[in-house]
Amino acid sequence: MSDLYQTDLLRMAAAADGAGRLDEPRVSATLDNPLCGDRVTMDIRLDGDRVAALAHETKACVVCQAASAVIARHAGGLTAEALAAELGAVDALLKGEAAGAGHWAELDVFRPVARVKSRHACVRLPFRALEAAFKAAKAS
Amino acid sequence: MAFDVAAIRAQFPILDPAAHGRPLHYLDNGATAQMPQAVLDAVIRHETRHRANVKRSVHFLAEAATEAYDQARDAMAAYVNAAGADEIVFTSGCTAAINLVAHSFGALLKPGDEVVFSTLEHHSNIVPWHMLAKRAGVVVKAIPVTAEGRLDLAALPKVIGPRCKLVAVTHVSNVTGAETDVAALVAAARAVGAKVLLDGAQRAPHGPIDVAALGVDFYAFSGHKMFGPNGIGVLWGRGELLARMPPFLGGGEMITRVTLEETSFAEPPRRFEAGTPPIAQAVGMAAAARWIESVDQEAAHAHLQKLTARLLDGLDGMKKVRVIGPTGLQARFPVVSFAVEGAHPHDICQMLDEDGVALRGGHHCAQPLMAAFGVTGTTRASLALYNDAGDIDALLAGLDRTIRRLTA
Repeated sequence: MSDLYQTDLLRMAAAADGAGRLDEPRVSATLDNPLCGDRVTMDIRLDGDRVAALAHETKACVVCQAASAVIARHAGGLTAEALAAELGAVDALLKGEAAGAGHWAELDVFRPVARVKSRHACVRLPFRALEAAFKAAKAS
Repeated sequence: MAFDVAAIRAQFPILDPAAHGRPLHYLDNGATAQMPQAVLDAVIRHETRHRANVKRSVHFLAEAATEAYDQARDAMAAYVNAAGADEIVFTSGCTAAINLVAHSFGALLKPGDEVVFSTLEHHSNIVPWHMLAKRAGVVVKAIPVTAEGRLDLAALPKVIGPRCKLVAVTHVSNVTGAETDVAALVAAARAVGAKVLLDGAQRAPHGPIDVAALGVDFYAFSGHKMFGPNGIGVLWGRGELLARMPPFLGGGEMITRVTLEETSFAEPPRRFEAGTPPIAQAVGMAAAARWIESVDQEAAHAHLQKLTARLLDGLDGMKKVRVIGPTGLQARFPVVSFAVEGAHPHDICQMLDEDGVALRGGHHCAQPLMAAFGVTGTTRASLALYNDAGDIDALLAGLDRTIRRLTA
């Protein structure tokens, strides 16, 4: 069976950490993957510039579901800058490079996605949705 | 005479497993069909012996290229039973052909005129009409679909009204495989004086088309879905209609005269073929049409019906699988989509790729249809006449394993 669908990734997706919606007050952002129609909605509540609460609605493949779950695990206290650094680590992994030290260990499950370019967007979509939520919060 | 699928397969170099070092069960023909050696040879022969621009220079290569391009137009006219080769416009694909109609026929429409498409359509037969609506104030309406994934013909009187000027629908759905009842559609359109465009992208690979018998006004299709090259398509249009339509793109070779003040335009089809056309691609598409015509159509149809039945039967026996589209063989082509409860189409396709089964997953550029069926995407197997029972069995066996893995 494919190394892409390793047990850790399937478990992470099934655990669905953070799945659901936040009650108001919240800031939301929804992004679609135009390739397949998948949709991720990220809800956040901020304390200053840090995430105080996060929930996501991920209607997507297991790769995308796992990415949302990883974000949810690390959401507490997360800043936009820290998220950008994690997305940078994801992008490095997807290029087949090292993620660098200090990044979320779970990101390693996405390393096999590097060889399947059409699925890179599946990993990135939740990160981009959370980026958009941070931007929406800043704008509001 | 039995259909010799092995002999057909042998004509497609890409289907040789030795070429990939792994099995290949290519069931993504609705996206792109493979090219037989005859088509590859025609393209290489043209590019190595006749490559030049057309309708411009007088040297012998240019003459040969022009002759090859004209012959390609003749071949495509024969393939669709056009009244003449001048009714064949070469485009870059089916999408470009529909956009040409949206711009050029659309230029004849007035604000408040209506264009009717359907929920079944590929985005290429929706988006150009949305753009026309914004550009020209044309109103768009959609024919709904039945639970079986066919056009809801009962709705035609409500949707096709007196202001309707064009009905643009698919001939065969790229998702459900359903064949449109063209006669009913044409009758409804004619009753209000509307023209009819068929998107034939999924129908064209399955044998010659008779536009005269269909009674439509425009027919659009692509080369790459009918065993030809990429970057080429055909718009067939009734001669008198094409003659009334202004050009879409401007440039070389589509004019009669250009001054600093104005341009006068050539007659169709040149009016619609600005710039250097896709010459070798047209030669390849014509070779593909001739190759399709060389196959016993009745035997090919029976072969594909048998494979479709094998696939539908196999899916019917699987828990959690729902076929999106007709579950019978009547008025359908070998395009079968299905949704699996608890499993995403891209995950299914990715896992089946490990078994060498090439499928398409996603919304198939038909998001309104996905919405109508309450799904974001489906998994699709689209068959061509080189597919065999082994391809179907590999899909079914792999799908069974994949579902157990993803929904455990």
